[in-house]
Amino acid sequence: MNRYSKLLLEPVVDRNPITLQVLGVCSALAVTTQMIPALIMGLAVIFVIGSSGAAISAIRNHMPGNIRIIIQMTIIASLVILVDQFLKAFAYDISRQLSVFVGLIITNCIVMGRAEAFASSNPVGPSIVDGIGHGLGYGAILLAVAFFRELFGSGKLFGIEILPLVTEGGWYIPNGLMLLAPSAFFIIGLMIWGIRAWKPAQVEKTEYQIHVVHRTEAL
Amino acid sequence: MSEPSHPQPAGLFARIATMPNNSVGKMILVTIILSLVCSVLVASAAVLLKPMQQRNVELARKARILEVAGLMEPGRSIEESFQDVEARLVDLDSGQFSDAFDPDTYNQQIAARDPALSTAVPPWEDIAGIQRRPRYAPVYLVESDGRIEQVILPVHGYGLWSTMYGFLALSGDTQEVLGLIFYQHAETPGLGGEIENPRWLARWEGKKVYGPDGEVRLQVIRGSVDAGSESADWSVDGISGATLTVMGVSNMVKFWLGEQGFGPFLAKLREGGA
Repeated sequence: MNRYSKLLLEPVVDRNPITLQVLGVCSALAVTTQMIPALIMGLAVIFVIGSSGAAISAIRNHMPGNIRIIIQMTIIASLVILVDQFLKAFAYDISRQLSVFVGLIITNCIVMGRAEAFASSNPVGPSIVDGIGHGLGYGAILLAVAFFRELFGSGKLFGIEILPLVTEGGWYIPNGLMLLAPSAFFIIGLMIWGIRAWKPAQVEKTEYQIHVVHRTEAL
Repeated sequence: MSEPSHPQPAGLFARIATMPNNSVGKMILVTIILSLVCSVLVASAAVLLKPMQQRNVELARKARILEVAGLMEPGRSIEESFQDVEARLVDLDSGQFSDAFDPDTYNQQIAARDPALSTAVPPWEDIAGIQRRPRYAPVYLVESDGRIEQVILPVHGYGLWSTMYGFLALSGDTQEVLGLIFYQHAETPGLGGEIENPRWLARWEGKKVYGPDGEVRLQVIRGSVDAGSESADWSVDGISGATLTVMGVSNMVKFWLGEQGFGPFLAKLREGGA
């Protein structure tokens, strides 16, 4: 695997920002009741991480270390406002569904994390690819969670009926829990379990060790 | 012969670039340049996209009004269909039409917060939980052959978590509900959010508003309406799992059709013109 495709693909499964680094979980709970908002949110985050990576990397040699976090924040916030404005102008219905969560991309730890950990010490090209890769990893989890929540919560995928609901004259009784935020917690938890069972290298080392203390030792 | 002096970089940017990164001067300069670039970017996006955003908000509102009036026709644009609808402003206190503001640009949500344009609703009368009621409200009339066919009223009230905003369409004689729709709320999706479900909203159609003594009798009940019962004409089925939200809807409708809301206006309309 060459360097760029590694940067792009590694964050999707091997170093996924949500399941491995457990960042950006709050928005993953909020925007995953349906596939379409989850998709748009994923695209918005890809754009923000990619372009903030480019901007921060471009000025990395002139970044005063004392105020670098504020500078990164300003760049990220401006980009997020841009995305929000564009959504309001071109995808009004979706922007209404995402409501405050587009604005909250600013506080998404993944964006800041990549700016601080990667873009501020790497050239522009790799920073863009790294940002897009992490955006993809985030978007992939969002879509996977939204798949289960929309299918079992409202019997639809991308708004298209898959399981006809009892209330619409069909047979499927929707699972109301799937529409509430805790269900996303459960799904993400199960995913983390699944991925770590599949790739044991992702399991964190325990911070403590239990060992038997002999009485004589304690004395 | 003196030693060649250290070459002075030309131009402002080159000079900034050679400053040490953590010097106070560089910090201030980088901050200023960055802020300028970012603010120009954000401001120009906001200004350039504003007309499109406003058009979207306006279209969404009009689409909802057409939807509740049943005037949405496939193949006809929203603007075109909306020409059948006449927007008027009503003075809620007197119940008469007013020309104080242009009904197309009047914003009821902002007016409700303006002390000069709204009055506080006493808590014992505030069944819809709106706290302040604007003095003026827009209404939308659908006429044919000079007769009012439909009156569409903007309504809002508190549900379980949020203020729900919607439109209520009444027949021209104000006796019958023709439709109800919500365009903004933050009730739980799948539970209270079911107030947006077209199948539930359809149950409002054809319900009667006033009881024999002229009081607003229209209400949402718990469970389903027994078709044979005496009050069936005025009752709408509740939504299971969303009792508090639909009670909010019920109170909201009662409030806006009552004396504090559009009551005086609707009375004038029944008498033959406001």
